[in-house]
Amino acid sequence: MDILREDTIAAIATPFGTGGTGKIRISGPDAYEIGDQIFRSVQQGKKLKDSESYTAHYGFIYDPEAEKKIDEVVAIMMRKPRSFTGENVLEFDCHGGMTPLRAVLELVLANGARLAEPGEFSQRAFLNGRIDLAQAEAIIDIINSKTEKSLDIAVEQLSGKLSQRVDEIKEVAVEVLAHLEAAIDYPEDEIEGFSPENLDDKFNYIKEEIEKLLISSRQGKIYKEGLKTVIVGKPNVGKSSLLNYFLEEKRAIVTDIPGTTRDVIEEYVNLKGIPLKIIDTAGIRETADKVEKIGVERTRKSAEKADLVLFMLDISQGLTEEDLEIYKLIKEKPLIVIVNKTDLPAQVDKNKIEHEFKEHSLLWISLLEEEGLEELRQKILNEILDEELSGDDNVIITKSRHKNALLKAKKAIERVIVSRETSMPYDFLTIDLKDCLNALGEITGETVADDIIDRIFNDFCLGK
Amino acid sequence: MDFHKYPKEYDVIVIGAGHAGCEASLAPARMGFETLTLTVNLDHVAFMPCNPSLGGPGKAHIVREIDALGGEMARNMDETMIQIRMLNTSKGPAVHGLRGQSDKQAYHQRMKRILENQDNLDLKQQIAEKLVVEAGEIKGIISKTGIFFAAKKVILTTGTFLKGRIIIGEAKFNAGPNQQYPANKLSGSLKEEGISLRRFKTGTPPRVSKRSLDFSKMEPQPGEEGLSFSFQSEPLKGEQAMCYLTYTTEKTHQIINENKMRTPLFSGVIEGVGPRYCPSIEDKVVRFPDKGRHQLFIEPEGAHTDEYYISGLSTSLPHDVQIEMARSIPGLEEVEIMRPGYAIEYDCVDPEELKLDLELKKIKGLYTAGQINGSSGYEEAAGQGIVAGINAALSLQNREPMILKRSEAYIGVLIDDLVTKGTPEPYRIMTSRAEYRLLLRQDNADQRLTPIGREVGLVDDKRYQSYQSKIKGVEKALDYLRDENNKVNPTAEVREKLEELESGNLSKPVTLEALLRRPELSYEDLRYFAPDLPEITKDVAEQVEIQVKYKGYIDRQQAQVEQFRKMEEKKIPEELDYSQLENLRLEAREKLARVRPLSIGQASRISGVSPADISALMIYLEQYNRSKKDDENGDK
Repeated sequence: MDILREDTIAAIATPFGTGGTGKIRISGPDAYEIGDQIFRSVQQGKKLKDSESYTAHYGFIYDPEAEKKIDEVVAIMMRKPRSFTGENVLEFDCHGGMTPLRAVLELVLANGARLAEPGEFSQRAFLNGRIDLAQAEAIIDIINSKTEKSLDIAVEQLSGKLSQRVDEIKEVAVEVLAHLEAAIDYPEDEIEGFSPENLDDKFNYIKEEIEKLLISSRQGKIYKEGLKTVIVGKPNVGKSSLLNYFLEEKRAIVTDIPGTTRDVIEEYVNLKGIPLKIIDTAGIRETADKVEKIGVERTRKSAEKADLVLFMLDISQGLTEEDLEIYKLIKEKPLIVIVNKTDLPAQVDKNKIEHEFKEHSLLWISLLEEEGLEELRQKILNEILDEELSGDDNVIITKSRHKNALLKAKKAIERVIVSRETSMPYDFLTIDLKDCLNALGEITGETVADDIIDRIFNDFCLGK
Repeated sequence: MDFHKYPKEYDVIVIGAGHAGCEASLAPARMGFETLTLTVNLDHVAFMPCNPSLGGPGKAHIVREIDALGGEMARNMDETMIQIRMLNTSKGPAVHGLRGQSDKQAYHQRMKRILENQDNLDLKQQIAEKLVVEAGEIKGIISKTGIFFAAKKVILTTGTFLKGRIIIGEAKFNAGPNQQYPANKLSGSLKEEGISLRRFKTGTPPRVSKRSLDFSKMEPQPGEEGLSFSFQSEPLKGEQAMCYLTYTTEKTHQIINENKMRTPLFSGVIEGVGPRYCPSIEDKVVRFPDKGRHQLFIEPEGAHTDEYYISGLSTSLPHDVQIEMARSIPGLEEVEIMRPGYAIEYDCVDPEELKLDLELKKIKGLYTAGQINGSSGYEEAAGQGIVAGINAALSLQNREPMILKRSEAYIGVLIDDLVTKGTPEPYRIMTSRAEYRLLLRQDNADQRLTPIGREVGLVDDKRYQSYQSKIKGVEKALDYLRDENNKVNPTAEVREKLEELESGNLSKPVTLEALLRRPELSYEDLRYFAPDLPEITKDVAEQVEIQVKYKGYIDRQQAQVEQFRKMEEKKIPEELDYSQLENLRLEAREKLARVRPLSIGQASRISGVSPADISALMIYLEQYNRSKKDDENGDK
């Protein structure tokens, strides 16, 4: 019957690198027995397994076999269920530096613990009911976060901000539902504070709030997965040089021969906290060259999926048929037109270019002279960030699971509004309103859907 | 104590002949089992000690479900009631609720006659004092007069009789409802068997004399034509009795506030927990000080009595305060109270002691139903009564128990709530307790439950045939409406008719079904466009209209039921040792071990079990089942 009775896991719980102190966390049924094998309190004979929860003990880590002192530590006890994981937890505060930390960890592992998988502490916390699903997912995100900004979002989600926002919306829905139910179940009573007008206000409020969160999911996706930015332009306009500028190193091969960049190159660039996934493409050009033709098609495909297209022109070549062909492919996308090589003599009237691309942001730069590049960074940021939503207080949706739940909730509340418009009796409002509540509950994990098993097994790689 | 064994041995003994007891007795007797019904007082069989009415949203649904299963309550009401109306008509078909005013004496007399004339049923006046239990199984009961009645199954339907205690202000005395003799010893016998008991409280308002009322100061509340509770009855005919609406005044509230410390509720004399949804007037005034007035319905207690019931004025204030308070109400200035209102405390069983078939977990063959399980209301009691009666009989036949699902019946919701969640206060059914309300309508109770009643053996041929013909009628009409050959074309004539019916124009041919979706059109209206439209009865037409007009909503609710069903079908093995489940919080483990849910769905409804616990439980079961599969494979 002991299938899910966990073994004891351990890991270094502080960031990789050198710091003032470092922490080893041990969690599981044998945490204190393992601890007692290697920890000697300065109080003679004091055993961790006999110590109270929430106590700290000063002492040393010994290698029992070599009878060798490894490090001076403080041991901290957190007994189940009042610990982060809900299990018996022991933490050793060691001296910083990876070498002693690793040595202590190795001893812990040698004495019966297993090295924790990434996210396993939070997985246990979730399974033991210490955190809700949204919080558990946030921890996974923190582990996988690509930039500081996405880390911030994950941290906010962990602190329950997303759950809090969802709860605020739910609160309104529950209040309306309670009024409706009371009116239905007590037909002969007068229900106070209940009028059809404020009913409609509430429904619209719920819809708007859900929509706000949904809008933020576009940003959330950007923060988490990066803004897919594709650099396009005919051969030899400076696409690879632009990528190299962002990367601050020479990665793509830069030559004067058109079509040098045959494959699509993908790189992550950190632009003020936002991961920019830059895709450098082969020049789009009708060509007989087989290899390059594939490159062209890839470019078209990349541009199709892009969140933002950087369209490069070469002022020294003028505005050519090729440029306009490429423009046709991409003009429906969010677009920044970059005119490069302003250091060279212009072969085309600036006004003509401005007129041609007047619907888009336009920028004059010289990669050689590094001119206009700071402005370019700013323009990219402006393209992404809706000012209204970029404030720190806002919750940003990063999980597709959350987004799907919000979409479900939105559809449900829209059906409620339609029912109101067609004057359906109260009872019919409650059906879709409950659907809306359940969908919102999926985000915080309050609604236990039957597919939760699959989700948990997928997200947390259980059942090893 | 010396006792004498009664020569006849029974299959089932029912203790109590209130609303739960009557249904619990009739079901096994009608299924062919020798049944004995014991009551404290034969003049109180199916007595209504509180309101003289049945129904309302949720409650009426239960009455109709009892009817569909083959129970007696609906028919008994139809035969004896003096007024009926439909509440909630503007809020959707699922929450319509019949409300009937009963003639208490007539209701009692007819039901007593039904029991007296029922084959296999003996009705006796006896006070049960002791349960006889051997090796965890019920063997019978011993009465106050020293008779041992042996039985294979016993059903307790004791209402508020167990250690009943009445409180009227400072006056307190041991009594059952309506000052009957209480059952002082039986709950002690339960306690000896290790059953956990609780103490609940309920109350009733004063009854007043008709001669002392001035109805001209109140709003009349008349009945309606064409309604009945049972699917088998004719609508109520003839002149109906009148009810009246009046309100409390500022002065009423002032009298209550000045005297509230003399009420046991505030002075602390009452230990029992009372219901929040049916509070006493003193409770309402104290809890909602801003509310300027409270509604009161003045209802007759019967056709041949002057007594009137003041619905909404339930109280345990001292008698003198009750008089002063009542006289502050418009139309009651000269009122003469015939019986004062009172609060009553009683012992009941913690419903977590029960299984979903209403058998006690600890005593095989012993069932409980009604207020003893922590519910309140005649309808809730009767709904449990018929379930306990049927399950006692099914068990004697070695058949699986009848457990109604939450997606199937309000009775299922009621019992699942009691057994799974327990109840901190007397439990009243409400439509909002049912998740799938739109499917659990009172108009389709027969369609939902007649097949189950038939399967059990309580639905006779006549009733079953009328159910079948209703189903066929609905199908035939729907087929016709959906038939492409019967489409309506936008001719000048059709347009003219639509305009006459205040319905929108038609631009292209549509099916009759599409036309019926228009809220302003009824089934019979379609006859103008389709002269061959099948002739169907009014109740069949109602079904057709609901199924067509609300199809989208019904489909969505059905999808919700599908989700629900998946969770109900995730079974929890009976042998599961919850103490081994260390990933669950201690509170959840204890709760689960006590309730022993049959499925993940049921587990998720236990209060004190969080969604995280459920996730952990599901993960455990997944691994448990996988390892079991591995074991099985390994054995081969």
